[in-house]
Amino acid sequence: MAQAVEVQSTTVQPAGQVRRRKGSPWTGLWAVVAKEMADHLSSVRMQILEVLILLTAVGTVYAVMQGVRQSVGQDPFIFLRLFTTAREPLPAFIGFLSFLVPLIAISMSFDAVNGEFNRRTMSRVLAQPIYRDALLMGKFLAGFFTLALVLAAIWLLVMGMGILGLGLPPSGEEVARSLIFLVATIFYGGIWLALGLVFSVIFRQPATAALGALAVWLFFTIFWGMLTSLLARLISPVTYGTAQELLRQIEWEQALSRISPNTLYVEATLGILNPAIRSFGILLPSQLEGAIVGAPLPLSQSLMLMWPQLTGLIAATILLFALAYVLFQRQEIRA
Amino acid sequence: MSVVTASSRTPPTKTQGEAVIETSQLTKRYGKFTAVDNLNLTVHRGEVFGLLGPNGAGKTTTILMLLGLTEPTSGSVRVLGFDPSREPLDVKARVGYLPDAIGFYDELTARENLAYIARLNGLPHAEAAKRIPAAIERMGLGEVIDHPVATFSRGMRQRLGVAELLLKQPEIIIMDEPTLGLDPEAAHNFLGMILQLKHEGITILLSSHLLHQVQQVCDRVGLFSNGRMMISGTVAELAQRVLRGGYRITVQASGPADAIQRALLALPGVQKIEQTRPETFVIHGAHDLRADAAGAVVNAGGRLYGLDIEAPSLDEIYSVYFKEATNGAGS
Repeated sequence: MAQAVEVQSTTVQPAGQVRRRKGSPWTGLWAVVAKEMADHLSSVRMQILEVLILLTAVGTVYAVMQGVRQSVGQDPFIFLRLFTTAREPLPAFIGFLSFLVPLIAISMSFDAVNGEFNRRTMSRVLAQPIYRDALLMGKFLAGFFTLALVLAAIWLLVMGMGILGLGLPPSGEEVARSLIFLVATIFYGGIWLALGLVFSVIFRQPATAALGALAVWLFFTIFWGMLTSLLARLISPVTYGTAQELLRQIEWEQALSRISPNTLYVEATLGILNPAIRSFGILLPSQLEGAIVGAPLPLSQSLMLMWPQLTGLIAATILLFALAYVLFQRQEIRA
Repeated sequence: MSVVTASSRTPPTKTQGEAVIETSQLTKRYGKFTAVDNLNLTVHRGEVFGLLGPNGAGKTTTILMLLGLTEPTSGSVRVLGFDPSREPLDVKARVGYLPDAIGFYDELTARENLAYIARLNGLPHAEAAKRIPAAIERMGLGEVIDHPVATFSRGMRQRLGVAELLLKQPEIIIMDEPTLGLDPEAAHNFLGMILQLKHEGITILLSSHLLHQVQQVCDRVGLFSNGRMMISGTVAELAQRVLRGGYRITVQASGPADAIQRALLALPGVQKIEQTRPETFVIHGAHDLRADAAGAVVNAGGRLYGLDIEAPSLDEIYSVYFKEATNGAGS
């Protein structure tokens, strides 16, 4: 007892001194990343989704090639058409991606944290000399890298099929544009990955977390589009029918719809994959003065056009991850 | 003992008996609920210390604070001279933890599970490749080293958990309810293993509510209730304090019952005498009274047939102590 009192007197902090943690929060990060990535790549659920995305890639690209073969030589961006052209009855490949990528991302993260609790491995892992930061960051990065790996493989596959099917190599600009598209797709997945992570921290049941994340995804995929026009009418009603009023309402609708990651993603991909697109909003005749309709924009201009959407996707990913991080740091470890 | 200040970062030298875990006025509150209340605990190097108490008494919370997995509300903790809430990595690199409900990644093999832990501990690959099979072998799981953990029984998982501790080569091992859910033989083997670890010089802190098991291995115990450590010491010390001895001597003797009873009652250290059957007396005493009792029976003109002693048990100390504590609180 006397010893205990003595120790206390030596550990009293001087007033105002910041209590800092010692050691790097990233100790053990790469061990977690390696283990989680191995889990993802060998898990059955990932393999099913990978096969699914592979089939859609092969199917849509093959269908598109049947149609565009005639225009080889006339269209300078024929490789980009492989991603964007829809051919009945199949939608365009980017259409498939915009709903398959969230599924893959959510399936990787919805049981990331609560799964550790349920398997009762959490306290054992955190009793090792690592911080919680490394565990959560490692799980996120592993999902992110897996996503990047899978999507890069699909990208290479599409390009390869294009070279074989069309009989000519892609131009430098086509490669650059489709690579930016790849980055946008990865971050679009990152949003859903981080969202799944948030739900996996909040809910102890993986099923609840999965349903929660899928509900958000469904909401933005199906219902948000309907709601935005309603909300825009409420916020900025058209009473006199003037052009300004109509314009303001449309602007509101557009701004609201961009809350949805799906809108951001579709706009970003169209902006970069379709060089003819000069604006996502309505174009007034005055803005089109002197423009050659249908003439492609240079890469830098297309990039500038989709830049807000791309940064929006990246920012949403970071914000959601930060939320998961804060929630996880405050969570009690005892199950 | 060494005084640890911000400048001296090296852990204290390894001498037997020095304090390796110390808490002072350690308190943890969850809202209004106080899980741990002004705990002062000292565990010395090389001893086996048992934290005993009913479920929900604050044992697991205490353990989590020792490992830096939960921030104390107030008070201080020192583990091997480190502060677990500020230097958790230093603590966790030297302390092994066996949680009460131990879980592994079911789809991975025993070897893969430990390999992950080795990587998290920053063990070099070559070293891990040597230590992992050795640890698993030692725990008798050599034949199933490459089987997925999903096929393991509760006892095997427990042993794999200990293999993980051996892999880390810790100075302190903290076990939370280690024998819970094990069959009697497995529990017995497990206790033997704890003693082995103790002989290797590892300090062990274990929590349990299975008192008779704890009694077999612990050097000292502390009784926990409602977040407070009520009393602590060796089992004999606690018996002195709580039961004022706690020895129970059964005397079988024929002869004048009244005279025998009077003679026994006159012995120093006797607290109470019960006559359970016509010729059987049970003496409650502060120490081993067998020799005195035998003499007293003979002197009182009785014939002695049997003399039996029952040493104090932790179960008894526990139930008597908490009965007194609740009675005291009620009045």
